[in-house]
Amino acid sequence: MPPTAPLKSVPLREEQIILFRIGEQLFALSSSSVQEVRSADSLSGGATEIDAPGVDKVRQFVRRGNNTLFLVSAATHFGISAPEGILAFVLRNTRTALLVDSIEKMTAMTCLQALPLSFCHEERQWYRGLTALDQTVVPVVRPEGFLSNEELMMLDAALPPPELSAGETEVKRDADTDLGTELN
Amino acid sequence: MTVSAELELKSFVLLRLGERRFAVAADGTAELVAPSRVFRFPHKTAKIEGVILRRRRIVPVCDVAEKLVGSRLTTRRFYLIALRRYGQRTEWVAIPVTGECELINSELNAASASDEPHVAGWLSHGGDVIEVLNLDALTPGPRDFGSSSAASQRPPVQKARQSEARP
Repeated sequence: MPPTAPLKSVPLREEQIILFRIGEQLFALSSSSVQEVRSADSLSGGATEIDAPGVDKVRQFVRRGNNTLFLVSAATHFGISAPEGILAFVLRNTRTALLVDSIEKMTAMTCLQALPLSFCHEERQWYRGLTALDQTVVPVVRPEGFLSNEELMMLDAALPPPELSAGETEVKRDADTDLGTELN
Repeated sequence: MTVSAELELKSFVLLRLGERRFAVAADGTAELVAPSRVFRFPHKTAKIEGVILRRRRIVPVCDVAEKLVGSRLTTRRFYLIALRRYGQRTEWVAIPVTGECELINSELNAASASDEPHVAGWLSHGGDVIEVLNLDALTPGPRDFGSSSAASQRPPVQKARQSEARP
């Protein structure tokens, strides 16, 4: 038998992550990539319906100044049978507000292993890699992986003119009243 | 057996999938491990069941039985950890197998052009003719790494094998 191949893990100093659930499935997301955590109701209260063919995971959007946030159903994105998420992660530097079921906990990871090359389809866009926490393997999602450029173009094309949805432009409410939490 | 004939022998690991036996080159395997928990998460690669944790590494589990024997394994006793090449890179992949594996020395008869890409060759053992697997062609991977390259590098068919019956 040959000696073991070199490790493929990327050593990290320590990265703070949020463990969250969609249905029974556990995922991890770097906390630095989450700009806000809101209740889905508080976000969708100011949202407008959108119907973009081929992008079923997005049903609503919110305008914030010049930016448009798309509410992405994480369950639909990953193909998980689960009710619509009740929490929304507004992901930093993206146009995604991710709807998830619950936050399991916040913790830190010290090692991120690249996704094995055997995984060779869309999941390579979905995940930064895998991490092992308490003898459990958790996929670490890529914030930019929820909406591809092609999907964003389709969504933009399906957006109504700003004047038609201006009345529903979200007003950022006080965190105390909408249970929202700003991170970092 | 002459000295020159002995030099032709190579080491292979015999594995069992259901009722059939297959072989992989011993230098393409790492270890045989007992079943452990398979961690599953959403993905789109059909042959991959999930991953296992082994020696602090995360190893994908690839069930090749459906392709080789027509059905997934209902009972499995071990995972054969094999080395999967992706160009210059090598990664571990866990192959579920039934029964224990056996290390043998045998002569490899090269595959022919008519064999499927996952057949690296054939060997005779215990009265059986056994497929030697090319895991690079059998397990999934990015197209960039051309899994059929091994087939194009096959040596010419040995005439001695032409009369052998295959299972």
